[in-house]
Amino acid sequence: MPDEAKVEEPSVIETIAVKVDGKQVAVPKLTPDWQGKLVPTTVLQACKHAGIEIPHYCYHPKLPVAGNCRMCLVHVGMPGRPGPDGKPPMNEDGSLKIDPMVLPYERGTPKGVIGCATNLIPGMEIYASSPETKEMREAVLESLLINHPLDCTICDQAGECKLQEYSMEHGQAESQFAEQKVHKPKAVDLGPRIVLDAERCVLCTRCIRFSADIAGDDALGIVNRGSYNSIATFPGAPFDNNYTLNTADICPVGALTSKDFRFQMRVWFLKETNSLCTGCATGCNTVIGSRENKMYRQEPRENDAVNGPWMCDSGRLDYKWIGSEKRLSKLNGATDWTTILAEITTNLEKAAVTSVAIIASARQTNEELFLLKKLADKFEAITDSVPRNGEGDHLLVNADKNPNSNGARLIGIAGETLGANLPAIAEGIENGTIKSLIVFGEDVTQHGISAALLEKLDLLIVSDIFANATTARAHYLLPGCAYAEKRGTFTNVKGQVQKFMKALDAPGNARAEWEFLHELVENVTGQNGFSTIEGLFNQMAGEVDAFKAKELNWAALGDDGVTVEI
Amino acid sequence: MPQEYKLLLKHADADGYSNDLECYERHGGYAALRQALTIAPAGDNTPQAQLRKRVLDSGLRGRGGAGFSCGLKWSFVRHPNPKPVYLICNADESEPGTFKDRQIIYKDPHQLIEGMIISCWANHVNLAYIYIRGEFTEGAKILNTALAEARAKGYLGKDILGSGHDLEIHVHRGAGAYICGEETGLIESLEGKRAYPRIKPPYFPAALGLYMCPTIVNNVETLCNVKHIVEMGAEAFTKLGTPNNTGTRLVSLSGDVKNPGYFEIETGKVTLGELIHDENFGGGLREGRMLQAVIPGGSSSKVLKAGEIFKLGEEEIALLDVPYDFDTLMKIGTMSGSGAIIVIDDSRDIVECLANLAEFYAHESCGQCTPCREGSLWMNKALHRMTHGEGRAEDADYLKHIAQNIQGRTICAFGEACAWPVLSFVEKFRDEFEAKAK
Repeated sequence: MPDEAKVEEPSVIETIAVKVDGKQVAVPKLTPDWQGKLVPTTVLQACKHAGIEIPHYCYHPKLPVAGNCRMCLVHVGMPGRPGPDGKPPMNEDGSLKIDPMVLPYERGTPKGVIGCATNLIPGMEIYASSPETKEMREAVLESLLINHPLDCTICDQAGECKLQEYSMEHGQAESQFAEQKVHKPKAVDLGPRIVLDAERCVLCTRCIRFSADIAGDDALGIVNRGSYNSIATFPGAPFDNNYTLNTADICPVGALTSKDFRFQMRVWFLKETNSLCTGCATGCNTVIGSRENKMYRQEPRENDAVNGPWMCDSGRLDYKWIGSEKRLSKLNGATDWTTILAEITTNLEKAAVTSVAIIASARQTNEELFLLKKLADKFEAITDSVPRNGEGDHLLVNADKNPNSNGARLIGIAGETLGANLPAIAEGIENGTIKSLIVFGEDVTQHGISAALLEKLDLLIVSDIFANATTARAHYLLPGCAYAEKRGTFTNVKGQVQKFMKALDAPGNARAEWEFLHELVENVTGQNGFSTIEGLFNQMAGEVDAFKAKELNWAALGDDGVTVEI
Repeated sequence: MPQEYKLLLKHADADGYSNDLECYERHGGYAALRQALTIAPAGDNTPQAQLRKRVLDSGLRGRGGAGFSCGLKWSFVRHPNPKPVYLICNADESEPGTFKDRQIIYKDPHQLIEGMIISCWANHVNLAYIYIRGEFTEGAKILNTALAEARAKGYLGKDILGSGHDLEIHVHRGAGAYICGEETGLIESLEGKRAYPRIKPPYFPAALGLYMCPTIVNNVETLCNVKHIVEMGAEAFTKLGTPNNTGTRLVSLSGDVKNPGYFEIETGKVTLGELIHDENFGGGLREGRMLQAVIPGGSSSKVLKAGEIFKLGEEEIALLDVPYDFDTLMKIGTMSGSGAIIVIDDSRDIVECLANLAEFYAHESCGQCTPCREGSLWMNKALHRMTHGEGRAEDADYLKHIAQNIQGRTICAFGEACAWPVLSFVEKFRDEFEAKAK
């Protein structure tokens, strides 16, 4: 990459005046490139500023420019070369003379430039919707389609395919092609998670560039020549890094498909819900695709403050458990929520101050942790949550496998080091000072509080979504929700407070933890909290220092979230 | 009677001339290099700047195909440059019909090496490459032997002939792809990658070439000429050939002539007709045959039809009277390209000829950008359908449509290279194409 073009960020945004479809527009002189470095604005970006979408396949704002698909060819007009006086040719009225570009060797034929790699020149005219530009697009589309199998009916990309979309917007109904199509490999197993249909491929090389330049795994390349070109891996080296599924996302056509999703569901039937990945503390933004209460996929949702447009494969595929038949869906200790909450309230009311301990989970939402903190304050309870450490990587995967460790810290459920209070809690149970334990979402027998200790408790209240050694010993078991079944917020490793929405209904009698916790807190403390997630969040934002400092409120979180001091 | 003018090939074919250093030196070799290295600074002008000016003044134009001014190309590199500057000799000679560079490589390698050393000195280059066509296995060996000889004699390596200038030249063999002759494809290949030509802008070799450093890519014949410009001076060089078409050209003549081969002519001093018919050159067509067409500058150049008359301003000029130079061929709508003339007589089926060319281009398209990748094979399939009895009345326009959607819309000039033969054949021999309709 050119390393000379170091650009200082200008204090005032300098603009450049160009014409797009006859309309004068001032666009920023510099625009961030794929790495965020400010570089001269291109024709394609200028059109975007002017509200005109230039169709493209190979261009991707977060990948190095390749310029190979030619779909973004645009006819432009340029100022002439300066004459002997050093001045460019002028019109009679003194304005800059702009000449539509023509082929140098055939001056009657318009010449296009690729919008993705052509920098703006002051005075430039971009004929984004002219017949000349339209003709160039039609020709490129025709070329892309002559050897394409046109198998939309069985293609997973149908419905979100750029070939389909551009054919409708910019294509021609018929092709003149009268020859035999090229046949290329189909259903090629590129690796454990990705399948290639080489006939559908438009050879834009997005996948190659992503893998080499973003994932840092130079695993994909092109073999053969000309129209027989095909994406391939090195022989015997499967495409198997932890980011391979992003190539299926950025593949503009149905060439690369996810083994997990292919042939499962037509995309237009999917309900899309903004969510977050809970696999680690990064908190990649996602979109859940579900239909009839079943989750079919989750894809990254672009957020430059967090994950850009990417996410890791392990996080993306970590959702099968949500629909598992082994999910807890029945209350244990009473038959209905009203009774069980009333009984728990009665029992807790009897508990002496400091005789209660709470072990929460850093997989819980800020709101749930906030409510647990309210309970803890009432009993001056000792609290903590369980640390979950693993390996991180160079891109998105964080070593902290809890999605909300920072939430637990900021709200005061846990100290700087998660789990530091667990030995004290164990000791308290052992010596009988702690008689009641509330556990959310953790099997504490795996974290230093043995089953034998649990047996000593007068009261064990547990909420979880799967059965384990702790739930087995609960006096009251409250089935909770997976993240996809509720709303809430997490605070990620960088302090980004972000919200996620509900995509699915919880199984059976399971309820969102914040809902029943809210009731419990009201019963026990007498404080009447908010019964909506928005109200609850806003209440929390007024009480938790770090949130208060940023004057957070639910609506202002938007889709991208807000960063707080950690 | 028109004669050859032997400047570059002065010795190569002489009896007893061999490609070793001793023979080259015996014939005055490396004197030009010594001369270049001893140029004195003149005012603000460094010896290197003076040399570059001399090459610019000589009017030397690139002999690889585009005919771009060599001195101007050199001037695009800034000096002093914060990055290393590289020079690459393009010895990929792969344009169909072209077999001139190999004459120098095989018979007179030191002439090329001397030209390269001078050019490297003039452009502050300390590392240069000869990118040689993979099929020239023997040529690569010869060049490596010659480089070793030059190194042993102090023409290469550290402190060349006491000048303080260091230079190393490496030979790199291609692996058999036409696209490696395209300078940015060549650079990618030299970097060890697939030879996908780079987009220009931003990757002009003079700024962002080999390893993203300023790079000069010159053809074998062009670099040899540099040695002669130093030897004879820019002014004497401009007296060879015709104005703006200076020096000599190596012409590869093939096809339906009695005496195919390579010839060196003063640029523009010999006509196409003379090259085809004269006893000193092609020796005419075979007995009883008539001229049908001439491809004047390698397979990518637009075809010329026998009997064509061209209007040049006020004057009219017949095909066979066209002087073989850069500018006239451009004015008549084609190019002298790599100096390869392919003669086609009336025994040839013109559609078959084009189908043959189209097959080459479909096979050699690198496939990077859409119009060329899909269009080159499309044209090939259509033409082979036509030569196999499946022609249609609309095929002439059909071919034109495909070709027009390639030219001017691709990353590199391969788009033009594959479109131009089709456009020109169809335009000039439309009847032949229509006759293929069932």
